[in-house]
Amino acid sequence: MNGYIHSTESFGTVDGPGIRFVIFFQGCPMRCLYCHNPDTWAPNRGQTETAESLLHQFEKNRNFYQNGGITATGGEPMLQLPFLTKLFTEAKARGIHTCLDTSGICYQPDAPESAGALLRVTDLVMLDIKHIDDAMHRKLTGHSNQNILAFAEKISSCGVPLWIRHVIVPGWTDGADEQQALGYFIGGLKTLKCLDVLPYHDLGKPKYEALGIPYPLGDTAPVSKETAAAARAQILTGIRRRLHEKNA
Amino acid sequence: MFRQFAPEWEGFTPGRWSDSVNVRDFIHKNYTPYDGDESFLAGPTEATKKLWDQVMELAKQEREAGGVLDMDTKIISTITSHGPGYLDKSLEKIVGFQTDKPFKRALQPFGGIRMAQQACREYGYEVDPEVVEIFTKYRKTHNQGVFDAYTPEMRLARKSAILTGLPDAYGRGRIIGDYRRIALYGVDWLIADKEHQKATHFVRMTSENIQLREELSEQIRALGELKELGNIYGFDISKPAANAQEAVQWLYFGYLAAVKEQNGAAMSLGRTSTFLDIFIQRDLERGVLTEEQAQELIDHFIMKLRLVKFARTPEYNALFSGDPTWVTESIGGVSVEGQHMVTKNSYRYLNTLNNLGTAPEPNMTVLWSVRLPQNFKRFCAKMSIKTSSIQYENDDLMRVTHGDDYAIACCVSSMVVGKEMQFFGARANLAKCLLYAINGGVDEVMKVQVGPKYRPVTGDYLDFDDVMDKYDQMMEWLAGLYVNTLNIIHYMHDKYSYEKLQMALHDRDVKRYFATGIAGLSVVADSLSAIKYAKVKCIRDENGIVVDYEVEGDFPKYGNDDDRVDRIAVEIVKSFMDKIRKHHTYRGGVPTMSILTITSNVVYGKKTGNTPDGRKHGVPLAPGANPMHGRDTHGAVASLSSVSKIPFKHAQDGISNTFSIIPDALGKDTKIFSGDLDLDALAQEAADEQA
Repeated sequence: MNGYIHSTESFGTVDGPGIRFVIFFQGCPMRCLYCHNPDTWAPNRGQTETAESLLHQFEKNRNFYQNGGITATGGEPMLQLPFLTKLFTEAKARGIHTCLDTSGICYQPDAPESAGALLRVTDLVMLDIKHIDDAMHRKLTGHSNQNILAFAEKISSCGVPLWIRHVIVPGWTDGADEQQALGYFIGGLKTLKCLDVLPYHDLGKPKYEALGIPYPLGDTAPVSKETAAAARAQILTGIRRRLHEKNA
Repeated sequence: MFRQFAPEWEGFTPGRWSDSVNVRDFIHKNYTPYDGDESFLAGPTEATKKLWDQVMELAKQEREAGGVLDMDTKIISTITSHGPGYLDKSLEKIVGFQTDKPFKRALQPFGGIRMAQQACREYGYEVDPEVVEIFTKYRKTHNQGVFDAYTPEMRLARKSAILTGLPDAYGRGRIIGDYRRIALYGVDWLIADKEHQKATHFVRMTSENIQLREELSEQIRALGELKELGNIYGFDISKPAANAQEAVQWLYFGYLAAVKEQNGAAMSLGRTSTFLDIFIQRDLERGVLTEEQAQELIDHFIMKLRLVKFARTPEYNALFSGDPTWVTESIGGVSVEGQHMVTKNSYRYLNTLNNLGTAPEPNMTVLWSVRLPQNFKRFCAKMSIKTSSIQYENDDLMRVTHGDDYAIACCVSSMVVGKEMQFFGARANLAKCLLYAINGGVDEVMKVQVGPKYRPVTGDYLDFDDVMDKYDQMMEWLAGLYVNTLNIIHYMHDKYSYEKLQMALHDRDVKRYFATGIAGLSVVADSLSAIKYAKVKCIRDENGIVVDYEVEGDFPKYGNDDDRVDRIAVEIVKSFMDKIRKHHTYRGGVPTMSILTITSNVVYGKKTGNTPDGRKHGVPLAPGANPMHGRDTHGAVASLSSVSKIPFKHAQDGISNTFSIIPDALGKDTKIFSGDLDLDALAQEAADEQA
């Protein structure tokens, strides 16, 4: 079985704990307005790799990854679920820490077991929730967020550690109400370990130009670290509210 | 020789070091490893701030004056040539300048009078005619000696820059005097030791023995001058240093004497921080020194090292991208017994980057080991992020060859302090050599026959086996020419510009490394990979010389942890080193090789025509063993893995890799990403809010 891979990064320091071998899967159904990897959208392209060849690249430099592991990202890795499951299964057999960076969009609540097999060989999921409000989510990504939120519950119920990532985009996700509502939702996830709030940046712009795609967010200004820190505080407020209700 | 335990050594644990010159033994018997963090460090004192402001003001004046503030045009620099110079005598804890005032460059014509004249002229000065006459008519220089002996082929290879950066018109440097010996033993002991060495040397007068006897006499004379240099500044350095301030000062006088005597390409300091820590620690324990005062001593010492200046020509500065002095100081490392050698003074040295601000000199080099204490590793990382001013070298690799009292000269050349030295040999341009192989020895830029007239490549496309065969022969020629050229250079350097003070701070029977170097490794590896895995078409000019290449298809590129091409790089290094090893070297030097062009790769690129990897004439070669810029596309680990395949035993003079990364790419900012969320604590907080 082969996977379609966009590229690999041998020195990943921001996609999970430790230094990681990061595999960028090719193909993604989402069209997030602020996506900075539009070159990974089209499916069934890129280089074809086997699980064995990818893990060989990891093993060669295993000394560097002592506190890290592999991260599957993209693109949307779950678009190639059978290959991804095979890759993680073999990685686990070799004692490698596996991390899945996903939007959760491919999860099908009516067939939960297909994702269950993957989650059994996944040490950590980084789930990117783009927007907590379904209508806004549709506008921002072209898809409903219902399956994504259902996937969050599924991860939690399977007992897999979960990091939530959320990007602060001016005019889209910078409202306190939205942020608190997001916090309220994720406060209900038992396996939540981290909250990673990312300020929007426009470093992907040149890729759009190269691909001849108009840049959807135009001249939207990048977000400062301070704004992201403030948003994080709002989300934490939502989390606390949920936790308090549960304990009350 | 039976020796008394000197009164200045009170409080030190005796050992072999107290009977004979053995600094390593002294360090290991007496140093205090430090595992704590940086919280003990002190900031700059008022005196330090004042002095540094003065330095900044002088630096500004120097820039405004076009790069040089003042030059000596009459007094020939020797160890004792000038009276004392100060910034502010009342504030300086460590004193001494190369001339009679700071920022005034000395006149050092022994390497070559024309270089000295050019350097002066460039900045609007003129060397005194009498000095010019002396060094033209009556006193031969190193430069003149070399050119008297060069063959026409050597001159041509130098002109075409297939051999390049050769130390034939400037000081070779790369010799580290063991300046610590002065602080530990005092000059009188060292003179007595040298007298003993001379008295017990061979009596059969072969040319080698005569040469060494003459050199030992020169060394003894230099040590006498060193004592005089101390007197000029009001210090008697004939006896061991009795306290920390004297230890730093004695040691600095040794270094100062070296830079007054030699304008070497790299005038490195050695491995002094842990040594000096022993004196500082003793004073701290005696209650005669505070941490602020200890830091002040180091700050003032480092300040002096930052102010070492030489008169150099614009061509020299272009080759080295600036005016580097390579005052390299090696910090940390681990002993052969496995104990780390980090002391509080290792922190103090790095702390000067806080107290005086960042600077490229002295070149602070951390001898990195996985066994360094965690706190020190953290501190280094923090300081690197803050200042980008720290160099790292692999102690675990070098300790195997050199033990635990080696230091780095220049950027990567390792040598045991006081026991090993090297003959610096610049480098051969292997990328150009590949083009010579293709064109049968014709230089692709000058369009003249430089190498031997071997059969050039015929046909439109390059064939891997054919090119490899021709390249092997051309490297064979180059290796021979290169070693012989260096033999002349070092013979003449010893004869006309001998480093008598630095060698006085070595053992008599030193191990000499015969350092060669290569440039253009990644261009060669990628070119051969292109020839092997893609198709490379030759474009010839009207005379049939291949001047350009068209690459059809893709090929593996060095820097992506791809063995197909990385193996080519390894093979080239090994092959060229083996060819070097075949030749006779001056004074039995042990041949080594470096891959370390950190700055001169830019100039080499200008002199190297189009290459079969698609690189164009004028585009810089990659620095050192780096992959070509932008061709390593799989991230840092893959890139570093390619470089780490180069075998140290065939490149023992060092392998450098210039690595830039934005701090954000090293991990998350703690302000936004706070690691683990503690849900229980959050729930508790929520409950508290409600209550």
